[in-house]
Amino acid sequence: MSSRPEYIRDDVQEHDFGVVNKPLTMWERVYGSAGVRKLFILVMLALLWQGYAARLNNPLIFPTFGDTMTSFLQRVVSGELPQKAWFSVEVLLMGYGLGLVLALVITMIAMTSRLGDDLLETLTAMLNPLPAIALLPVALIWFGLGNGSVVFVLVHAVMWPIALATHSGFLGVSNNLRVVGRNYGLRGFTYVRRILIPAAFPSILSGLKIGWAFAWRTLIAAELVFGATSGSGGLGWFIYENKNVLDIPAVFAGLFTVILIGLLVENLFFRTIERKTVQRWGMHS
Amino acid sequence: MAQSTPILTVQGVTLQYKTREHLVTATYRVSFDVLPSDRFVLLGPSGCGKSTLLKAVGGYLKPVEGVIHVQGAEVQRPGPDRVMVLQEFDQLLPWKTVKQNVLFALEASGKFSGREAEDRAMTYIEKVNLAKFADAFPHTLSGGMKQRVAIARGMAMEPTILLMDEPFASLDALTRRKMQDELLQLWEETKFTVLFVTHSIPEAVRVGNRILLLTPHPGQVKGELNSDGTDAEDATGTRLSDRIHAVLFPGSQARAEVAHV
Repeated sequence: MSSRPEYIRDDVQEHDFGVVNKPLTMWERVYGSAGVRKLFILVMLALLWQGYAARLNNPLIFPTFGDTMTSFLQRVVSGELPQKAWFSVEVLLMGYGLGLVLALVITMIAMTSRLGDDLLETLTAMLNPLPAIALLPVALIWFGLGNGSVVFVLVHAVMWPIALATHSGFLGVSNNLRVVGRNYGLRGFTYVRRILIPAAFPSILSGLKIGWAFAWRTLIAAELVFGATSGSGGLGWFIYENKNVLDIPAVFAGLFTVILIGLLVENLFFRTIERKTVQRWGMHS
Repeated sequence: MAQSTPILTVQGVTLQYKTREHLVTATYRVSFDVLPSDRFVLLGPSGCGKSTLLKAVGGYLKPVEGVIHVQGAEVQRPGPDRVMVLQEFDQLLPWKTVKQNVLFALEASGKFSGREAEDRAMTYIEKVNLAKFADAFPHTLSGGMKQRVAIARGMAMEPTILLMDEPFASLDALTRRKMQDELLQLWEETKFTVLFVTHSIPEAVRVGNRILLLTPHPGQVKGELNSDGTDAEDATGTRLSDRIHAVLFPGSQARAEVAHV
């Protein structure tokens, strides 16, 4: 009867492998970069815009990309746009900060008892679908024309999505982490701070992002309705004002600034936090 | 040799927990003693309440009947004198490195701080051969390495008793075998007391020096056997693992014989 021979091989020396990795070509590397691909899309869009608007030749309806940029740069240099943008951002930060604190407070209350839990659930179910801007008329009656009304509306825009995300994040914390936290004697607020908040951070962060996006939109919309208090106003007001004097390139420059700030916060601020926390910890949900 | 006083005594403990629809009795009047430096194994098929029993010793669950004492004091709540090592890999805090995970335990429990805590953390990380990975985040480690961190974290606390809930059950067979050896090695060095839950007879025989057998639904004590880790034969020539099998699954032998006829 024939049998198959057994064998055991010696290890191959590393330098005998030959080429194990070879560098990518220039094209592969350029195309592999998301930044380069997106920049390409932006350039194409700008070219399309310029081409179409130049053919239309009606700056009252659709100014060219070039005109918009010129207007944008002029108003940045003159200090008008930065000042308006800062005005908006200042109000936004106030509303965002206040909304964040209130969201954390109500989430803590929800964590303490079942009744608190039901309170949060009912309130978010009722108020989250209500567009914040719809509260503006009521806010105007309560707080008058001024930043108070805008901040009130912003708090409403920010608070519910953040509370909702934080709460679901807390509920989703793995039972094992809870066991571990209590095993080492953590209780009460230390337990929340050292276990629940970091463990729920992916959810909390996405709540913060949603809250930011809601707040920014709500703010610009509110400023469009009434933005000026005592002669100064934010970006929404800048857009509205320039529409009234038919300076359409400036209107587009205003819109451009709104987009720009939105992108900066999303891509620089939140991306950095995400990279330094959730990604570093491998906690992608 | 005189019997030393037990570190852990479990007396007539009945445990119940609620599910959505039922009140489940997990264990019924279970009693046993764990002596210093015991590697005490709770062994039984799934549903015998061995994990629930471990949770009760950990202080996460109150017995409806009976008492649990650790060094004379009744167990009321979780505490750092009884450190849990769990089966799941997510028991490490993902936002902390290996070293920070061990440090966190030492500092949160208030047992050690500063320089002392740091030295201690590194000593135990070296003991489980992870010194090179002290600054790595858990998600970059393999399953076996994560379990070694959890063991290092538990041992660094030098608890009165280490509670291990199927710590190797999620590992592949080769790694599991290696981890059992490493655990025994660590025990040789420090002679810690451990209460070890498993459903694997070979693991119980290998890791334990004393094995408590539990029957399922609800868990009741069926017997307690000694083990020297070699699966030795008794006077009648039956291996320990076969004796355990016969106790835990009475009738399965008979059925096997019928099948052979």
